[in-house]
Amino acid sequence: MSTVTDPLKQWENQEYKYGFVTDIESETVPPGLNEDVIRMISAKKNEPAWLTEWRLKAYRHWQKMEQPDWHNVNIAPIDYQAISYYSAPKSKKDGPKSLDEVDPKLLETYEKLGIPLHERAALAGVAVDAVFDSVSVATTFKDKLHKLGIIFCSFSEAVREHPELVRKYLGSVVPYSDNFFATLNSAVFSDGSFVYIPKGVQCPMELSTYFRINAAQTGQFERTLIIADEGAQVSYLEGCTAPMRDENQLHAAVVELVALDDAKIKYSTIQNWYPGDENGVGGIYNFVTKRGKCQGRNSHISWTQVETGSSITWKYPSCILIGDNSVGEFYSVALTNKRQQADTGTKMIHIGKNTRSYIISKGISAGQGQNTYRGQVRINKGAENARNFTQCDSMLIGDKCGAHTFPYIEVKNSTAHMEHEATTSKIGEDQMFYCNQRGIDTEDAVGMIVNGFCKEVFRELPMEFAVEAQKLLEVSLEGSVG
Amino acid sequence: MLEIKNLHASVDGHEVLKGLNLTIEAGGVHSIMGPNGSGKSTLAQVLAGRETYEVTDGQILYKGKDLLEMAPEERACEGIFLAFQYPVEIPGVTNSYFLKSALNSIRKYRGEDELDAVEFLKLVREKMKTVELDERLLNRAINEGFSGGEKKRNEIFQMAVLEPTMAILDETDSGLDIDALRIVAEGVNQLRGPERSFLVITHYQRLLNYIVPDHVHVLVDGRIVRSGGKELALELEDKGYSWLEEAATA
Repeated sequence: MSTVTDPLKQWENQEYKYGFVTDIESETVPPGLNEDVIRMISAKKNEPAWLTEWRLKAYRHWQKMEQPDWHNVNIAPIDYQAISYYSAPKSKKDGPKSLDEVDPKLLETYEKLGIPLHERAALAGVAVDAVFDSVSVATTFKDKLHKLGIIFCSFSEAVREHPELVRKYLGSVVPYSDNFFATLNSAVFSDGSFVYIPKGVQCPMELSTYFRINAAQTGQFERTLIIADEGAQVSYLEGCTAPMRDENQLHAAVVELVALDDAKIKYSTIQNWYPGDENGVGGIYNFVTKRGKCQGRNSHISWTQVETGSSITWKYPSCILIGDNSVGEFYSVALTNKRQQADTGTKMIHIGKNTRSYIISKGISAGQGQNTYRGQVRINKGAENARNFTQCDSMLIGDKCGAHTFPYIEVKNSTAHMEHEATTSKIGEDQMFYCNQRGIDTEDAVGMIVNGFCKEVFRELPMEFAVEAQKLLEVSLEGSVG
Repeated sequence: MLEIKNLHASVDGHEVLKGLNLTIEAGGVHSIMGPNGSGKSTLAQVLAGRETYEVTDGQILYKGKDLLEMAPEERACEGIFLAFQYPVEIPGVTNSYFLKSALNSIRKYRGEDELDAVEFLKLVREKMKTVELDERLLNRAINEGFSGGEKKRNEIFQMAVLEPTMAILDETDSGLDIDALRIVAEGVNQLRGPERSFLVITHYQRLLNYIVPDHVHVLVDGRIVRSGGKELALELEDKGYSWLEEAATA
């Protein structure tokens, strides 16, 4: 006779908000991968011979490699010959010279995504590079940044305008032979963002790239390279969305960061690729290699990621701490709902003296999601007085999901200080009831509890995006219980 | 205000409430006393709508509406408040954020405007004084690292802010020293009024020296076996429960 039904069961699945398709004429190469396709991509971008060669070297190496299988995710077999490696919205010229030349349909797409590209409408204090499928379609506030000597442009433009910088740093952090997905990217990467902050300059605004996959059956292989010269500082943010499609789409990006003496790079990601439906159909394979090199003394690289989308996430933003007194940080919230899988974490490689690293990972599993933290902390022989603190917390919502933790710690210098803390918790029925009894409905209560759980990470995000991240988490959690 | 008729409820298949009848009028302060395991806390949880307690028979009318048809948050918005015996901790969620969300969802339900941060702060500052709670607790995570007394005072503080019409206090006096007890009771007394009813659940008569009830009921084995005025509590203090337990099973 009890008439009180389980409030958690009253939740309904929420549609993915960004799942629309832009109807725009695209130039897409036929599926398949061979040296001709790579030459074609390189030719389309008028790349110098050294870069074409670099791509081919990567491709030849990739052919000898096998897709890794050490991760804790199930990947359906990928037919690399069925993917199209280049797709760009058709335009009259190589690329728009100014925002006025950008196809209105593209501007509309970004409006719809909440990223207005007109500078007068743009978020104050945020410069955006918009990447649509394989190409960058617009970059805002370029002139303002240029006056400070800051270079913020698409990768293709950087190859044309600043070949010496690209040549010096491309592959210097993630070599072309690094791993299966990074090597594939090195061969076929199409566009991405390039940032150079000159000596002693603090970038006065947030730089951000907004990645959008639109075309079907294409992969997105962008490449981002950020260099902070001596004493420079920059905060960079990337966001990602894609239409809802029944097939899995591959996104294999590479991000390289280089921080010289006393430089600081803060890199934040809000990843909301289409996660697939509740039966696990469709969604993005997000296989990304991100690595930062703290090359200079007192340099500082900080990764913050909020990973809520993608059917599979496979990424380990890492820091190589070469310079003495350098600092690496990794703050992560990874949420898996429905049938999403995530295998994510970080690597902190301590090489210099007095290097410090700090890892805070928050994994949330709901629905039938599987969430794995995988982290490596290595203290090399010469890394005197290195310190690491790792905190790795998992939260389970419901009883069909899973949380897994694989921390690897390798210490070759006895002066190291290592701390590792890990917890696993469930949203308790008692916590939910306490909130309900105070008038807060179940959906808000779950959002509140999960946001409380992630607080230490959210406070690392640039202010403009912290609120967005909280909301995104709440939306991603809807329908997660019951 | 509240009318409970022939209430039967079980937990994990064990029947705990076995035909409980109780009527509470608007403005009335009723106390439920009884030995361990008699069903006092079960009654509190059933009234608040906890789903682990299954109502197998009976009816509860609240302001003329069928209470059992309502979800817990709906009951809260309708003015039912439970001061928990064991308030839970919620890491990372500050006391003030939590309370503001609660207050605003109740206000929204009632069609009132939500309070902004400034208005809210003004209100809570005023209410904190009534339970002598340190303002710093506002920015700490809910109940995390609170002492036993702070947790209980925090419950009464929340009650003062949310201004319920039917407040249920589940052994709010347990674990309190005499000073904290006085503060908690004082907080409750300030909220007494013609439109607000109280159900005060307690083991001991002590609390009732401070919160003087209009009616005292004795719960034994899932039924109310005796009701009376405040003097009944004194009698129980004197004689214990055994004479009533014997009478109930006889």
